[in-house]
Amino acid sequence: MSSIIHGAGAATALSTFNPVDSKKLVSPSRTNLSVRSQRYIVAGSDASKKKKSFGSGLRVGHSQKLIANAAVATKEADTSASTGHELLLFEALQEGLEEEMDRDANVCVMGEDVGHYGGSYKVTKGLADKFGDLRVLDTPICENAFTGMGIGAAMTGLRPVIEGMNMGFLLLAFNQISNNCGMLHYTSGGQFTIPVVIRGPGGVGRQLGAEHSQRLESYFQSIPGIQMVACSTPYNAKGLMKAAIRSENPVILFEHVLLYNLKEKIPDEEYICNLEEAEMVRPGEHITILTYSRMRYHVMQAAKTLVNKGYDPEVIDIRSLKPFDLHTIGNSVKKTHRVLIVEECMRTGGIGASLTAAINENFHDYLDAPVVCLSSQDVPTPYAGTLEEWTVVQPAQIVTAVEQLCQ
Amino acid sequence: MAIWFARSRNLVSSLRHNLCTSTILIKRDYSHRPVLTTSHQLPSTVFSSPFVASLLRHESTAVEKQPDELVLHSDDQEEALQELDFPGGKVGYTSEMKFIPESSSRRVPCYRVLDEDGRIIPDNDFVPVKEKLAVRMYEQMATLQVMDHIFYEAQRQGRISFYLTSVGEEAINIASAAALSPDDIVLPQYREPGVLLWRGFTLEEFANQCFGNKADYGKGRQMPIHYGSNRLNYFTISSPIATQLPQAAGVGYSLKMEKKNACAVTFIGDGGTSEGDFHAGLNFAAVMEAPVVFICRNNGWAISTHISEQFRSDGIVVKGQAYGIRSIRVDGNDALAVYSAVRSAREMAVTEQRPVLIEAMTYRVGHHSTSDDSTKYRAADEIQYWKMSRNPVNRFRKWVEDNGWWSEEDESKLRSNARKQLLQAIQAAEKWEKQPLTELFNDVYDVKPKNLEEQELGLKELVEKQPQEYPPGFHV
Ligand SMILES: Cc1ncc(C[n+]2csc(CCOP(=O)(O)OP(=O)(O)O)c2C)c(N)n1
Ligand SMILES: [Mg+2]
Repeated sequence: MSSIIHGAGAATALSTFNPVDSKKLVSPSRTNLSVRSQRYIVAGSDASKKKKSFGSGLRVGHSQKLIANAAVATKEADTSASTGHELLLFEALQEGLEEEMDRDANVCVMGEDVGHYGGSYKVTKGLADKFGDLRVLDTPICENAFTGMGIGAAMTGLRPVIEGMNMGFLLLAFNQISNNCGMLHYTSGGQFTIPVVIRGPGGVGRQLGAEHSQRLESYFQSIPGIQMVACSTPYNAKGLMKAAIRSENPVILFEHVLLYNLKEKIPDEEYICNLEEAEMVRPGEHITILTYSRMRYHVMQAAKTLVNKGYDPEVIDIRSLKPFDLHTIGNSVKKTHRVLIVEECMRTGGIGASLTAAINENFHDYLDAPVVCLSSQDVPTPYAGTLEEWTVVQPAQIVTAVEQLCQ
Repeated sequence: MAIWFARSRNLVSSLRHNLCTSTILIKRDYSHRPVLTTSHQLPSTVFSSPFVASLLRHESTAVEKQPDELVLHSDDQEEALQELDFPGGKVGYTSEMKFIPESSSRRVPCYRVLDEDGRIIPDNDFVPVKEKLAVRMYEQMATLQVMDHIFYEAQRQGRISFYLTSVGEEAINIASAAALSPDDIVLPQYREPGVLLWRGFTLEEFANQCFGNKADYGKGRQMPIHYGSNRLNYFTISSPIATQLPQAAGVGYSLKMEKKNACAVTFIGDGGTSEGDFHAGLNFAAVMEAPVVFICRNNGWAISTHISEQFRSDGIVVKGQAYGIRSIRVDGNDALAVYSAVRSAREMAVTEQRPVLIEAMTYRVGHHSTSDDSTKYRAADEIQYWKMSRNPVNRFRKWVEDNGWWSEEDESKLRSNARKQLLQAIQAAEKWEKQPLTELFNDVYDVKPKNLEEQELGLKELVEKQPQEYPPGFHV
């Protein structure tokens, strides 16, 4: 059942976003934000108008508009490159993976339907044809077992990239992830390393129901020995994928179901991203807004409004969920003295809660106001569109929170 | 009931008319059978599996092409003609509504070589063991006994926090290790230290782990008996039961990919087979055609849970077939039988790229661990029976002695030397300093991240400020 939803979800995701020339989609007000940038991401076209149905008769639609509007500026640097190529986020992940598989024969992929099917979100598309069905391995349906397999393979020299068909299902692999993946390097006294990448789609999608809308970063964050990153643009998706594969540590790479079809021009030349570095999305003076993954786009949407209202927010995509890049975050706090965290994670025990604690501990003296954290409601994500929308933070809430914090 | 599978449709139809007239003889190519010197047929060549995996799983690594195979097992040839091409192969029809019984009328017999008195049972299939190997096996079995005895006592004296013996399972420990190649990668449960002993882990190294001192390869981070040695291809033991099985499938996959002449070997207890990881591990290895030898030590007990409360099948051996895995039940207290079975299994695993399951029947003579008193849940005379009458070390010793390879004098010399060496090892291990504080924070990641650096610094300051709160000799 779930794989049907997934297959259908992927197909929908692919077909509803007709990537169009980014320039056409730039709204006038956006130029305020993107002064420093030449490159744009386009989140979608007229997707919100078009309703596609799932194979099972499910309707999708409402929340597309949220992301469809969320065209934003990305990295400021390296824009001079007139060359480069445009691709969608899932293609960027695929490209990164393929480059690493070309570079290192020990890199392999395993998971459900990752082979000739290409993965439920097409991240492994074409890889089985190119590298063979052993290096791109379809496994039986058992998350704890294929994660364990990856760990065993990693301990004997391979560098497996393990795909969870959906992050929610990786809860079935929790034992291998926490008791083994995160600990064996330590308990073996450093004798064995576990260079695996565990990745997959997560987050609140478009009416996928509670189990398919999980934010597992909150569950995984306290596992020692694990590193966690969340990608949010094609550029960082590729760079983080490559870095995660090269890391000697087990890395969990969070992808978001609604971001796979973001389009961006990325450099032709090879690059990797730092796994432990936050990304400055929009420098500003008045307030630090910390966010990651899909909420980055809600924040940037709110930023538009805020700029029009005369605010100058600094937006940072924290990207590294474990450990936090407290250097970048600290510098920003020292400048703005106000912090708003916007996340899709749960209010209780989420990433935002940990981040709040870290900021209070480290930068308390620089704060002019208590840290405010906007998170999802502590409820299983409901299916119905409006209920789902109320579960996650909306741009208007962000605007209000900034106004209150900056009073 | 007719069950038959065929790979090629043509082959099937061309054979159809033959079916009516004669019994088809099953022709299987066992050209990859283990090259072992024995006058008898090896157990590995006497399968009667009605199922033949017809397709090679991985196009990209087609190890060696198997001939088209047909296995027919038919009492009703008329019905065998009626079949349907289901996904996964043809299935014959029957008009008889017959449920497969929950068990067969006869329990799967247990393969053995030595009788209770340590004499070779005539007309037996086994891999011969020469004097040098036999003596070494015996020495290691006896050493393991001494080690267990002394470490157990050390725990009773409060010198280490925990211990767990392998008493009663010495044959499985040592004979399986002896049958493997040093390149075979072992993923143990926790009652197999003999494998490590066989591979050359010294008594000092065992002691260092149990005392968690500075010389311990695990850097004092795991409770006693959770040994691990990268050098000796022995994965560091993790406490949760059965996690090593899917990992073994992964190791097998890795060895297969690198085309190594080695297999993964994983151990599990009878209790562990109830975990999902056991079933998934077997299934994964079968589907991946991974060279993995699964060795289940069926010792009757999982702490206080008797096997009758653990499963209702005829033990573990029957589970292999359900996953498409060759399996054998062996007398785990017969070192020669264990040696032969494991040696044949690993040859099949490596040359044919497939998993094999071994159920070794034995008995946990000791308490589960030092945290357990097993007399509370099992009869003392049951323990006594296995300890005395079915003792695997005594049985093997009789055989070695009957061959004139071992004497009373050798025996007392070996035991007193082992004892002496162990007492010294314990004393030395106890005296070794413990890991410094910085090792608390190392190896969580390959490079220490900033937050851990800060935590380390904070702790160091604390210790320096209040040294009286920490044990003497504690160094930062
Ligand atoms: C996942 C998990 N559950 C429970 C335990 C506690 N436990 C430790 S050993 C054991 C019994 C295992 O019995 P068996 O597999 O038969 O091995 P044996 O001790 O007999 O060698 C149990 C339940 C554990 N270590 N891991
Ligand atoms: Mg047991």
